[in-house]
Amino acid sequence: MTELTKKSLTEITKLIKKKEIKSEELTESFIKNIEKDKRLNSFITKCSESALVKAKNFDKKPEFKNLLPGIPIAVKDLFCTSGVKTTAGSKMLENFIPNYESTITNNLWKEGAFLLGKLNCDEYAMGSSNETSYFGNVMNPIAENTVPGGSSGGSASALAADLTPVTIGTDTGGSIRQPASFTGTVGLKPTYGLCSRWGIVAFASSLDQAGPMTKSVEDCALMLEVMAGFDEKDSTSISKKKENYSKNLSDKVKGLKIGIPKEYRVEGMPKEIDKLWENGKKLLQESGAEIIDISLPNTKYALPTYYIVAPAEASSNLARYDGVKYGFRSNRGNNLLEMYENTRSEGFGDEVKRRILIGTYVLSSGYYDAYYLKAQKVRYLIKNDFDQAFKKVDALLTPSTPSSAFKIGEKKDDPISMYLNDIFTVPVNLAGIPAISIPAGTDSNNYPLGLQLIGKPLDEQKILNIAYAAEKKINFKLTLKKWWEK
Amino acid sequence: MSIDKDKIKHISQLARISLDSKKTDALAKDLSSIFKFIEQLNEINTDKTEPLSSILNEPLRSREDVVNDGKIREKILKNSPQKNEEFFIVPKVIE
Repeated sequence: MTELTKKSLTEITKLIKKKEIKSEELTESFIKNIEKDKRLNSFITKCSESALVKAKNFDKKPEFKNLLPGIPIAVKDLFCTSGVKTTAGSKMLENFIPNYESTITNNLWKEGAFLLGKLNCDEYAMGSSNETSYFGNVMNPIAENTVPGGSSGGSASALAADLTPVTIGTDTGGSIRQPASFTGTVGLKPTYGLCSRWGIVAFASSLDQAGPMTKSVEDCALMLEVMAGFDEKDSTSISKKKENYSKNLSDKVKGLKIGIPKEYRVEGMPKEIDKLWENGKKLLQESGAEIIDISLPNTKYALPTYYIVAPAEASSNLARYDGVKYGFRSNRGNNLLEMYENTRSEGFGDEVKRRILIGTYVLSSGYYDAYYLKAQKVRYLIKNDFDQAFKKVDALLTPSTPSSAFKIGEKKDDPISMYLNDIFTVPVNLAGIPAISIPAGTDSNNYPLGLQLIGKPLDEQKILNIAYAAEKKINFKLTLKKWWEK
Repeated sequence: MSIDKDKIKHISQLARISLDSKKTDALAKDLSSIFKFIEQLNEINTDKTEPLSSILNEPLRSREDVVNDGKIREKILKNSPQKNEEFFIVPKVIE
């Protein structure tokens, strides 16, 4: 029998429901793995004791009707968890204990799951390599000293190393899909408004979305089903009927039109990624889908637009950290103003400061029209590109990232080269549409590479189905050497 | 556009972040390259384009102005770095 912790959520749930395993046994297996997390550094807070209590409680009085019966789940440390420290990867919130639960985590607990721990991430989710976390960088289980991607880097690393059966992340410009691609896992960014943002530490409110990170497309569908839903507390939550993504999952893609955007073939992209993309086209064609070349002419402007919109919103959202009501406070300063300035200087890391300053500048008097308003206009054009494309096709197929996982420190000193990592993921956030990354192959180092499927607003089912069909044909397998346990 | 040290000082004051001169230098360099990258947007003519401020098709909802929690003063104050019974404490602002 395959180790319990290697199994998919779907398999584990079946075993629990058939009473073949107990939640306690399952939870203990994950805790055993988590104890060896030191070198990966994927956890900021471990909740082993409370998880075991909850597992035992479940076993005493099991409720098998729920979708996540007795399943322990570790989540990104950006989701507020009542009574459990929530840091957002920042010194600013190092000792912050929320007295409320985010809607998304609450949705998981309502279906029978419980908290296994809080996972490392880039500070305030600002980063593409998990190197900006105040709690140290995370390593990718695929190889020592390799980044797991970011910002949901701890989530991706813990999932790939079998420290949690599934996890949840947030995606503002690629923070779920890029780490999923780097670690050989599945990650989905839902349509803006499908999953509630209430109780998630805010980065850029018009772009942030929570989504599932899993070992299979089937698990992803199940998790999305649990997470999605209208929430009165989020003013941008979409009111619609619940969908049964897992029940309706199908690998029938015959007759579907898949668009290939020519602008995603960027200069300097490794041949291996081109090959991966070609292979993806071929196998979907073999499954009966029709491949159509399309154009998204404003693609190259997505990143510059993002680096105006996201910092602008961040500078406004992060204005709340003033050292008064919660969070870190500097003990230097002779008056209120100096206390504010020192608190924010000592409490925020370099990348966060950089983005707050960019945001403050583009919103400042005299520059607003030239930068922020301009970016909002280009954002319209980018969204319009997708609207036009979706008149001709059902979904788009692209690579998830322009490279595989890189070494720690490799891009740290050059913000632009770090930002370029998100070149294929950022347009989706600007347009508010859903996209999924699935593992599709490896490069010459045997590092995973992902393919991305992009869908129309609220068309998650269709991209899940296409991903499901592709996953079956690709049959991706990655054997990890478990170097971090030594 | 290149961002000089004076500009960084001005923005950091607006953002209430104190910076030493080493940090100011580093940020001037970083932000200059980032703004050069951002300014690619000037290539596109957007004179007739409407700005997109929300990607949702429906307008934002509003709710009745009613209290739906409350009596949580204790809980809220618990996370404060400095407090005195029912108040947040800040450095003296009136002499």
